[in-house]
Amino acid sequence: MTMTDDPATHLDSAGHMGRPRLRREDPALLTGEAQFIDDMSLHGEIWVGIVRSTEAHATILGVDGSAALEIDGVTEVLSGADLAPLWGEGALPCAWPVTDDMRNPAHLPVATSVAKYVGDAVAVVLATSRYAAADGAAAVSVDYDPLPAVVDIEAAVADGAPLVHEDLGTNESYTWPLIPNPEAVDEAFANAAHVVSERFVQQRLIPAPMEPRGVVAAPGVASGELTLYSATQIPHILKVMTAVTLGIPEHKIRVVAPSVGGGFGCKLNVYAEEILCSALAMDRGVPVRWTESRSEAATATIQGRGQVQHIELAADDNGKVQAVRVKLLADMGAYLQLVTPGVPLLGGFLYHGCYDIAHYSFECTSVFTNKTPTDAYRGAGRPEATYAVERAMDSLAVAVGVTPEEIRSRNFIAADAFPYESCAGLIFDSGDYQTVLDKAVEMAGLDGVRATQAQRRADGSNRQIGVGFSSYVEMCGLAPSRVLASLNYGAGGWEAATVRVLPTAKVQVITGSTPHGQGHETSWSMIVADKLGIDPDDVEVLHSDTAISPTGLDTYGSRSLSVGGTAVFMATDKVLDKARLIAAHQLEANEDDLEYVDGAFQVKGTPTAAVPFAAIAFAAFTAHDLPDGMEPNLEAHVTYDPPNFTFPNGTHIAVVEVDTDTGDVDIVDYVAVDDCGNQVNPMIVEGQVHGGVLQGAAQALYEDAVYTEDGQIVTVNLGDYLVPSAAEAPAYRVASHVTPSPTNPMGVKGIGEAGTIAATPAVINAVVDALRPMGITDVAMPASPQTVWRAINEAQGGAS
Amino acid sequence: MIPASFDYEVAESAEHAVALLAEHGDEAKLLAGGHSLIPMMRFRLATPTVLVDVGRLDDLRYINADNGTISIGALTRHSELEHSELLARSCPMMASVAALVGDPAVRHRGTLGGTLAHSDPASDLPAAVLALGGTIVARGPSGDREIAATDFFTGYFESALADDEMIVEVRVPASDAGWNYQKFNRRAQDWAIVGVAVADAGAGVSLVNMGSTPLRASAVEAAVASGASAADAAALAAEGLQPPSDLNADADYRRHLARVFTQRALNAAGVA
Ligand SMILES: Cc1cc2nc3c(=O)[nH]c(=O)nc-3n(C[C@H](O)[C@H](O)[C@H](O)COP(=O)(O)OP(=O)(O)OC[C@H]3O[C@@H](n4cnc5c(N)ncnc54)[C@H](O)[C@@H]3O)c2cc1C
Repeated sequence: MTMTDDPATHLDSAGHMGRPRLRREDPALLTGEAQFIDDMSLHGEIWVGIVRSTEAHATILGVDGSAALEIDGVTEVLSGADLAPLWGEGALPCAWPVTDDMRNPAHLPVATSVAKYVGDAVAVVLATSRYAAADGAAAVSVDYDPLPAVVDIEAAVADGAPLVHEDLGTNESYTWPLIPNPEAVDEAFANAAHVVSERFVQQRLIPAPMEPRGVVAAPGVASGELTLYSATQIPHILKVMTAVTLGIPEHKIRVVAPSVGGGFGCKLNVYAEEILCSALAMDRGVPVRWTESRSEAATATIQGRGQVQHIELAADDNGKVQAVRVKLLADMGAYLQLVTPGVPLLGGFLYHGCYDIAHYSFECTSVFTNKTPTDAYRGAGRPEATYAVERAMDSLAVAVGVTPEEIRSRNFIAADAFPYESCAGLIFDSGDYQTVLDKAVEMAGLDGVRATQAQRRADGSNRQIGVGFSSYVEMCGLAPSRVLASLNYGAGGWEAATVRVLPTAKVQVITGSTPHGQGHETSWSMIVADKLGIDPDDVEVLHSDTAISPTGLDTYGSRSLSVGGTAVFMATDKVLDKARLIAAHQLEANEDDLEYVDGAFQVKGTPTAAVPFAAIAFAAFTAHDLPDGMEPNLEAHVTYDPPNFTFPNGTHIAVVEVDTDTGDVDIVDYVAVDDCGNQVNPMIVEGQVHGGVLQGAAQALYEDAVYTEDGQIVTVNLGDYLVPSAAEAPAYRVASHVTPSPTNPMGVKGIGEAGTIAATPAVINAVVDALRPMGITDVAMPASPQTVWRAINEAQGGAS
Repeated sequence: MIPASFDYEVAESAEHAVALLAEHGDEAKLLAGGHSLIPMMRFRLATPTVLVDVGRLDDLRYINADNGTISIGALTRHSELEHSELLARSCPMMASVAALVGDPAVRHRGTLGGTLAHSDPASDLPAAVLALGGTIVARGPSGDREIAATDFFTGYFESALADDEMIVEVRVPASDAGWNYQKFNRRAQDWAIVGVAVADAGAGVSLVNMGSTPLRASAVEAAVASGASAADAAALAAEGLQPPSDLNADADYRRHLARVFTQRALNAAGVA
């Protein structure tokens, strides 16, 4: 396998792929022309206002809407019980019953008898405007009888803990083990020269995409059809789930995701409001809509992370790790949303990181609490896994007495070991982890940084320097359908694409992957244009509407390019195959003697007799002179099911400066070297790394969904929930190293989640590195100034 | 969140605004830049039933110098303070503090009169006016009165303004020596967790977010006046204060920060 720094050279193309290209999506987004859900308006629409529980756990004794009904524009107030007939037995779906005995409590869109978390919907107001809906919801009075709340996940599994769901008799949803060889693990620990044992807490995060959620459900009264507009990442999955939940025939449902302002996984769901608005619209025969407010989003939309991790490494004298043992407690929140239970599993295969470790033991127990449900959030399980192993590797380095880079080098999966079968049973596709690390070390100028660090330490400076490494590998390109089946996931992992050539040789691509900020339109047009030898601007990419793109599995898990893009690539090949037959017919040549050069078929070596693509397109359309038996038109459809995951990897290095007087942490340098395989548009890759790194650094330093002991959430607005801005972003220095994935024809892997996965441990490792001479070995996330200062103060013998 | 309903009036002059305030009583609120009031209305922490918009009174947007006093119209935007050459020359602390308020969008809307009237102990410009020993000019039904900044902030989000008074002007002495402002926050756009303003080489020292109002650190000022070192003076910064506790900082940590940043500010202002 060859490796190079220039992504373009790998793609063997003189075209657009591998070269930076501005995103065609951006002008409409930047000028406000793009239409989001809240920009819509339908004749006769009514607004929904949702009354949300102010209690973490309480019996609902009654709902009094009389004051709300006094308000101009409020037409109805409906309790959960009033609404129950609309969905009958249908509860919100969980598509991932990870074990056969998983406990999954019925989850109604609006609670009828018990509210289980702050933000749980308990009543609904219908009104003629959004303002009246908000005024009405505020005026509804709900009579609660409070019940004890379970907030902390460790407390939830303690004896005598109050129960979130009384009828289940336990707060545990499931326990999922992955322990291929328990005896070998025990033996490795028994014989280890070094054992590292750590406990880490993954705080809950609020996804906070720029656009909150919103729904408009429009009924066709005569046709019995439902058009559901939603700010969703998954129109296709939402369509199936709405059909199943409400019993509306699937062919009568159309789901449209208009411009969607980010999701980060939180719009990968089937939410109460989608089902509620759909059911009401079908029942009342008018469009029904809801727009989420920012503070509503803090509790009505899923949260991410929420785990307590115990990780142990057993290593020999040299620090070569022989076994890893992990026990996880994962916070499900009050209910299981679409893929809630599966999130810890996505990390469950990766707690050995990018290291060649022989023996593996992973066990996850998932727990209900009286809080907003958790679910997939950028990286979903893999950031948590990477954090645990990368933090533990630094502890091991200290125990063995070597540098963080040395401990990693001693344990990396070797470049010649690919395809590599991991101790957790995955086949890693390609990589050269050592070369990636070396490059990062060189870019970071580590010798100089360490010299400054030593000087500051010697001087007792109040600006201490820390260096943090994070070497990661992720499994993405979700996913081979059969593997998903083995994990009990309720759907496949394929993706669909249609490539349609129009009579004038313009091209329409229909993709089942649903962009919400990733730039599919740009990337897909580059792929098709290069293959057909045409201009990317002549390729239109259609998506996100099940009437236009009926088949698809949408966007999550860094799957778009490696699965959806591959489908586009293969469909274009099919188009070319048919075009070749038409050209051969016209040239009266054997198709095997033809080559496709600069957008035209010619007999090999004879450019004088060439049939340009445009001529073939037109001939396919007129069908005047096609080969015998050939169908008119030039169009191909492909559904691609990947044979394996892809395994992006990289090493990131954060350099921080800690103000020891205040505890303030400043990221003074950040180097990211990623291997996402071949790159279609390096500018998009770089953008994904930038945003991802900041989102990962946000978990390390800023973001925290804070709950009080009785289950009240404190961080409901962006003043208290600290999403960092461009001003807080480090000055990234980004590079790539390419080992093409052998799994798909383009050799691509995925980059959507990499930065988020890598950055969190890099930053915390750097903070701990800065403070280690003081005896500090861990700092809780987020490492806020107060948290860091307290750690310093305690280490120096001060009061906590 | 979206605000409760309200009536909206446009003031044609300061006098008109004052008359409208008198007419509607305590149900009415002036609307200047709206960057404190509207967020509070969206959270329904404020539910005025009448808004009197003074945001278009451009005759109250000015920065003048006269005889060692700088007069600033109440509707002057933070960004105008930030970029004022006159301030850069004659009272650089005002320009420099204004540049640290929120983000560019906030600075293009928010006004000096608004931030003073709002009397948020966590705001930046009130502390600067306080350290500089400024004066606030309020217009009421019976004319103008001057209120010393030291008498202006009376409680948590409360000022000496009457319900029917409007700030029309803020005056600060020209002062370009021995000043510094330290703002400690986690994100550039945020309010200070703790802030310290030093004017006149320590003759004026004020604290942000260390109590229910912007505060003069009189113990620090006295120590500096009696020749104490910056370190010794700064050690007194939190003396007797009851700072708030919130997600970013509890009271003890705030006291510590006040000492750290007072020393840094004094040092930067030339106090050794
Ligand atoms: C995202 C964000 C970040 C911010 N960050 C900071 C920060 O870091 N530091 C900081 O100091 N501030 C910050 N602010 C607040 C900002 O500076 C406000 O603009 C300012 O505090 C209020 O000015 P305004 O003109 O917007 O007042 P308004 O919001 O219009 O009014 C505020 C109050 O003052 C009254 N009022 C307004 N003008 C007058 C007048 N002339 N006479 C009498 N009463 C009047 C109003 O009736 C109201 O009660 C931030 C605001 C936002 C939205």
